[in-house]
Formats: sequence, C-alpha cells, structure tokens
Amino acid sequence: MPHRTNYYDDADLARFGEIARGAPDLAKKFFDYYGAVFAEGALTTREKSLIALAVAHALQCPYCIDAYSKDALEKGSNIDQMTEAVHVACAIRGGSSLVHGVQMLNHADSLGM
Amino acid sequence: MSRILATLEKRHALLAGGRAQRERLARVQLARTFEDALSSSGLLPLLATGVEILQINVGKRCNQTCRHCHVDAGPDRKEVMPRAVLEACLSFLERYRVPTLDITGGAPELHPDFREIVGRAADAGAHVIHRCNLTAILLPNYSDIPALLASRAVEIVASLPYFQARETDTQRGEGVFAESIEALHLLNSLGYGTGGDLRLNLVTNPVGTFLPGNQRELEAHWKHEMLRRYGVVFDNLYTITNMPISRFLDFLDERERTEEYLTRLANAYNPAAAAGVMCRNTLSVGYDGTLYDCDFNQMLDLPVESAVTRTIFDASMQQLAYRAIATGPHCFGCTAGAGSSCGGSVA
Ligand code: SF4
Ligand code: SF4
Repeated sequence: MPHRTNYYDDADLARFGEIARGAPDLAKKFFDYYGAVFAEGALTTREKSLIALAVAHALQCPYCIDAYSKDALEKGSNIDQMTEAVHVACAIRGGSSLVHGVQMLNHADSLGM
Repeated sequence: MSRILATLEKRHALLAGGRAQRERLARVQLARTFEDALSSSGLLPLLATGVEILQINVGKRCNQTCRHCHVDAGPDRKEVMPRAVLEACLSFLERYRVPTLDITGGAPELHPDFREIVGRAADAGAHVIHRCNLTAILLPNYSDIPALLASRAVEIVASLPYFQARETDTQRGEGVFAESIEALHLLNSLGYGTGGDLRLNLVTNPVGTFLPGNQRELEAHWKHEMLRRYGVVFDNLYTITNMPISRFLDFLDERERTEEYLTRLANAYNPAAAAGVMCRNTLSVGYDGTLYDCDFNQMLDLPVESAVTRTIFDASMQQLAYRAIATGPHCFGCTAGAGSSCGGSVA
C-alpha cells in the first residue's frame, strides 16, 4: 500500500466493498439492507436517490455526493430537482440550528429576572 | 449552445471515419473483451435469430446536429440512399415478408422518396417505424408528412432527451425543445400517442456521460411531467444508452472520459441484456446498400461478416437469418444494465 497524503481519494469509493475484509457477516448484512432500502417501494428509486443526495449534503460526505449526483441524473432527475433537494438539506440544517434557539430562550428566560 | 454545429466530417476530425473510431475504442484497456463477456454467458458466437426488422438508413442528412449523434448527421452531409438501393430494400422486404421496416437516418423525411417508401412498405403489409427527430416535420415542404404517417398507421419513435428545454437544447441545439413540443401537439391532434393504433413512442438518452435509468419508472415520471407541463401524451418511453461512437466518442475524448465511460459500460455487462440485443433480429442497410448487423456497426464501417452476402442487391435470407454477428467493445453499450436498443431497454 503506497503512502497516502490525502484523507479522501475518489478512487476509494469503488473500494467500498473491501470493508467486508473484516467482519464480513456484518458487511453482508449492511449491503443487503442497503440494497433493500434503495429498491422501489412506496417511494420510487428516483425519489430515494434525491433523498440520499440531500442527506449526503447534510452529512457533507464527498463519496455520497459523488455517487448520488450521478445516480440522481441516471434516475432521471434534473439540476433543478437536485438543487432543490440540496436546499431542503440546507434548510433543515439551518432550521435545526435556529429552532434550538428556543432552548436558548428557555434557558435565558429561566435565568433572567 | 448554437443550433447547428459542423459535423466531424466537415471538420475533418480524427474520428470522422469508422475505422479511426474502432482503433480508438480498441486502445481502451478493459478487464475483458466483449467477446469474453459473451463467452462467459454462453453467447459466443453471437448468432442472429432471424430477420424480423429491416432497418434502412436512408441517408445522413439532418436538420439538426445533436452532440451525441452516432451517425455524425447534419445539414452538410451529402449521403442519400439512391433509388436502386431503395428498390432492392423494398424487394427484400416483400420477397421475405419481413414483418417490420424501420426507417432511420439522418432525418428520414429529408429523403426525396420518403413518402413513397412509407406507402410501398405499408402496401406490402409491413409494420413501418419512422425514427423522427420531431423538428423535421415542421420544416416547410414537409407539413404533409404527419398526416401521411397517420394515414398509413406508421409507428413514430421520436427523440426527446429530456422533458425540459435546458437539457434537450444542450444536446440537440437551441430552440429544439420548443419545436419538439409543437410537433408533439400536432401528432397528438392527429390521434398519435392517445392509446389507439397510432403509436407514438419517445426516446430519451442521457444528456451527459452517465447511463439511463429504469425505463418503467422513468416512463411513469415522464408521462406525468409531459402531461402536467405541456399537455402532451405518448405511448411508451424508451431509454437508450449513448453509444461510444462518432460524435459522442469525440465528446468523451474531449472530456477525457472515454476510458471511464467504456469501463462503466463493461462493468455493467448484463447477460440477459446480451441475449436480447437488437442485432439478433434486425438487419441494417447502409445508404449505399451495404449490409450491417446494426446502425452502430454501420457507422463503424463494420459490415456483416458473412463472406457471401455483403449488399442488399444479393442479400439472401438463408445466409443472413442465423448469421454470426460482428461485435466489438462498443457493444458493451447495448448490454449495460437493463440493456439498450432501438426499442429501449431489453432486460
Ligand atoms: S441524433 Fe438524430 S436528429 Fe440528431 S443529428 Fe443525429 S440523426 Fe439528426
Ligand atoms: S452494437 Fe450492434 S452488433 Fe453490437 S450488440 Fe449492439 S446491436 Fe449488436
């Protein structure tokens, strides 16, 4: 294994399956579950792909952003829909910070006069 | 995003010729060849199962210059199927009672004898498919074509990469989407795509270097969007993979993505799709009468392998029906994922 200078390497995405080198039973369970989650169900695979894209942005995972940008296009979504999904992630991230401001107010109220 | 671009041929581009394209594809290092993949699924040699569809490419002239075009078609192309070849195609169709005539190009309407081909093939009892780019039927001098197609119950397979202008115009030229919707309204008003005998199928192909999605799911999504946004109805949606040939290959090279794209196609090899590739029941004729296993091989200058019958003039069904098909790395485009053919996915 050559010495690596970057934590992230796009070629590592394709090596995800190598995680099964240790604890293969758990890896199998995970990948089976993962496959089942993304299969068509009450939601279409296109809708699931957009959700995955949004979550990838909330988590800021470059592997998932890479994978689900491509996947969303392949599932027939367009740039407007994908951007709206990212805005949903952004709104929830921002909103979830801001709504905690109510806790701040509660503390301030209970500490204040 | 201009409407018309120069073809590879006009630009004297390196990849203008079929042989140069095959040499380019051969330089891509893949984990296994297409023939190895076929062999692993017990499909080597790949054999035809009969000729159910005669697909004739009546010429490379087109009023558009789509960036992915595997024909390198455009207004500057001069190739037009001559009368003698046409007659030989129609006589082959009649003699062997081939069920379907599939007319492609270029824009087939631009062929001076297009109307006659449709009429005679329909008279001969063949099911006729017209591969339509939607904008050609709006050109002056072609306004009679939609009604003619309807009167002969010709099936229309129309290209529309996406249900929005931005994506469609990026691939096909500025203004193409708006005209396509106008043409679809016209076809709907004639009864096309309304669930009766006048079949109107749309073809979508990715606007980029990715693969097409699930055809059934996309069809439902498209039907909803086309009706909601534009009031357009159609019968089926076919998903087609961009073939690494001609202008799309040139585009891949320009983006330095040829290796990645070919690898992606090869990794997505699906034996079920391989068993259903369209060359197995199709015979393709070039504008000059040369026989090919498919329109893609035609553009790669890769004729049928049969040593005896090389042109439509001496075409013998006996020799062609169960022929071995000439394959190459480009064939991974037909076998990736759910597969891809002129009739959409195959697996
Ligand atoms: S893809 Fe079809 S419409 Fe576009 S340039 Fe080629 S032949 Fe013409
Ligand atoms: S490219 Fe042509 S010969 Fe190759 S698999 Fe596809 S249809 Fe058959």
